[in-house]
Amino acid sequence: MDNLQSLHEYFEIGGAKDSRDNSKNLEKAFDIASWTEREGLVWLKAESLPQVIEDLWLDPKTRPVLLTHVGNDERELGHGFVLYFVFHFPGDFTLTLGARGIEEGFPSLSAFCPALNWPEREVQDLFGLVAEGHPDPRPLVLHPGWPEGFHPLRKSTLMTNTDKPNFQPKPLVFYPAQGEGTFEVPVGPIHAGIIEPGHFRFQTVGETILHVDAQLFFTHRGIEKLLEGKTIEEGLKIVERVCGVCTVSHSLAYCEAVEKLAHIELSREALRWRTVLAELERLYNHVGDIGNLCAGVGFALGNANGLQNKEQLQRLNKEVFGHRYLRGMVIPGGVKIQPSEEKIEFLKERLYELQADFEKWIPLILEHDGFRQRAVTTGVLKNQSALDLGATGPAARASGVVVDWRERHAYLLYPELQVEPQVETSGDVWARLMVRVREVRQSFELLDTLLSGVEEVRGSQDPQVTQSLHVSQVPGRIEPYSFAWGCAESPRGTDVIWLMIDQEEKIFRCRIRSASYANWPAVPLAVLGNIIPDFPLINKSFELCYSCCDR
Amino acid sequence: MWNLLKRSLRMGRLTESRLDQDAPHLHSLKQSWHIRHLDCGSCNGCDWEMSALLNSVYDLQRFGFDFVASPRHADILMCTGPLATQLNQAANATYEATPHPKLVIAVGDCAINGGVFKEAYGADSGVGEALPVHLEIPGCPPSPEDMLKALLKLTEKDRKSVLT
Repeated sequence: MDNLQSLHEYFEIGGAKDSRDNSKNLEKAFDIASWTEREGLVWLKAESLPQVIEDLWLDPKTRPVLLTHVGNDERELGHGFVLYFVFHFPGDFTLTLGARGIEEGFPSLSAFCPALNWPEREVQDLFGLVAEGHPDPRPLVLHPGWPEGFHPLRKSTLMTNTDKPNFQPKPLVFYPAQGEGTFEVPVGPIHAGIIEPGHFRFQTVGETILHVDAQLFFTHRGIEKLLEGKTIEEGLKIVERVCGVCTVSHSLAYCEAVEKLAHIELSREALRWRTVLAELERLYNHVGDIGNLCAGVGFALGNANGLQNKEQLQRLNKEVFGHRYLRGMVIPGGVKIQPSEEKIEFLKERLYELQADFEKWIPLILEHDGFRQRAVTTGVLKNQSALDLGATGPAARASGVVVDWRERHAYLLYPELQVEPQVETSGDVWARLMVRVREVRQSFELLDTLLSGVEEVRGSQDPQVTQSLHVSQVPGRIEPYSFAWGCAESPRGTDVIWLMIDQEEKIFRCRIRSASYANWPAVPLAVLGNIIPDFPLINKSFELCYSCCDR
Repeated sequence: MWNLLKRSLRMGRLTESRLDQDAPHLHSLKQSWHIRHLDCGSCNGCDWEMSALLNSVYDLQRFGFDFVASPRHADILMCTGPLATQLNQAANATYEATPHPKLVIAVGDCAINGGVFKEAYGADSGVGEALPVHLEIPGCPPSPEDMLKALLKLTEKDRKSVLT
C-alpha cells in the first residue's frame, strides 16, 4: 500500500499533499478524470509527459509495470491524436495516462523508459506522428517501401479490399559494425525449420556476438486496422487468430475489455471454466516449449518426449472442448462449452496420467549433464534489463522480476487459487526452463483444484455459462467512445488488449500488445557475448511468437 | 535412467498405425518427398500443427516425407498464411530457390483464400496470389491428420505426374 500512498501523494488524491519540489509545476499539468479504488484516468498535456512518466517510472517506490501504450486518432472527436499509457502499480491499481491534442509529434520517452522504444516507433509508422528526440527513429512495423505518407491507422486512410497500397520492397536499414575483424551475418526472414519469419542481423567477432538487430514485422498484416469498424463478435474471430497458440489468452483479454465496457458480471462457473481453459493453454504450450528447447541443442530424445506429451494434451483439448488450440471457447459473457460430467471426469483422469508422464520424462532433461552445460550461463537477461524493457512472463520471472498477472491482478478465479509466481534469478536459458517446468507442475495442481471444485457446485448450474450475451445486439449497452483494457497471463506473459467502441457499437480502436511484443526487445540483449550457434537455443528459451508481435 | 527404460517398454509403440492402412504403396522408398515450410504470415496455428507431424505419434518420416532446412533441397513448399505483403518478396525468392520440378501446397484457410485476414492492408487473399498452388488443405487450422492424409494422397500418384 506504500506504493499507492506515494501515487496518491503524487497526484494529490484524497487531499494528500505532495512534499516534492516539483508539485507546483505539476499543479496544472494534469487533470484527474476518474480515480477509483482500482483504476485511475488522468489527462495531461503531451509536454508534461516526460516529467510525469520519468517520476513514475524511475521512482523505485512507485515503479509500475507498463501494460500498454496506445496511439489513437480521435480527430473526429475533436481530441486530435491521443496517446494512452496504461501502467499497473503494485497493490492492483491501474493508472491510465492520456495525452490529448497531439498534432504532429510528441516528446519521446524511450531514453529513460526503454520499454516505450518499440511502441513509439510503431506510432511513428502507423500514425505518421514524430517521436521527438527518439534515440533510434528507424521504421519498425512498416518496412521501407510503402507509399509515401502511408499511415494506415489514421482514420483518413481508408481501406478497401480492392485498392490496397502498393508495396515496393526497399532494403532494410541496419547500423553497420565497424572495425577490424567484425563480420556481419544476415539470417532470415525465412529460417531453417518450421519457424516463423524474421530477420536477424548479427555483428560478430569470430563466433561471439557483438550486436544483433532483430528486424521483425514480416508477418504484419494490419490486424489493428482490420478490426476497426467490425462488430464485437467479428472482432473476436480475428483476435482469436492473432496468435494460434495463445488464442485463449487473447480472447480472454478481449472479452475482459468488452465485459468492462458493457458492464457484464460473469457467473462463478463461467470464471471457473475460463480459468481451466487458460491453464490448459499454458500446459500444452509450456510442455511443448520445454521439448523444443531440447531441439535447440540437438537433444532428440528430450524433444520427442516433450512433443508427444504436448500432442496428448492437445488431443485432450480436442476431446473435451472440441479444438486442439481451444479456439472459440471464450466468448463475451461466458464460455461456449461447459463439458458434461463424464467429460470432466475424463479430463481429470487424463490430466493425472499426463502429469505422471511428465514427471517421468522431465528428469531426462533436468539430469542431463550435456544439456545442463549448454543451458547454464547461456543467454543471460539481466534483472535490470528485464525491468527496463518491461519484459513479462517466464522471460521476466527467470530474471528475478516477480511479475505474474495471475498474482498481481484479481481476475478469473486466480485470487482464491493464490498463485505463487515462479521466479528464478540467474536469467539464463536454464532459469527460463526451470520457470516453465515449475509452472507446468503448478498448472497441473491448479487444474486439479479447479476441476475438483466443479463437482461440488454441479447442482447449481448457471445457464449464463454457456450463453453468449450478444453484446453488440444490446443497443446502448456500451457508452460511445468509452474505452477499457483487458489482460490475461498467457504462456508467454501478459497479453493486453485496449479497446474503444464507437457510437454504432463497433470497434473504433483495438490495440493488441502481446507478451511477445513486450519480450522481443529483450532477446537481442540476452544474446550479447554468446556465440551464434547458441542463438537458436536462446531464442527458443524465450519462445516468442512472431505473429502476435507483428500483427 | 532405469525408470525411463521401464517407461519406454511399458509405453510400447506410440506411432499410430491406423494411418498406414490407407497407404499400401509405402514399400517404395524411391518416392521420398522433401518439404520446405514457408510461412506467409500465418497466425502460427497451422505451423505448430505442421511441426506436430514430426512427433512420435504421427512420425511423418516413416512415409518417406521429411522437412528440410533449405528450399534448395525441397520438392514441396507447404505454405501457411494469407501472404503478408512484407513477406511477398521472401516467398517469391523461396519459390525461385526451389529446384524444378516442385509442388506448392496451401495449408489452412488463410493460405487458400486469405481467411479472416484477406481484407487487411498488409495481407493478400492467399498464397495463390504469388505462387502456383497445386493442392489445398483446408481447415483453421487443419489437424496434423488432415495434412498427413493429403500428403499420403500425393504418394498414390506417380511422382513425375505430380511435380511440375
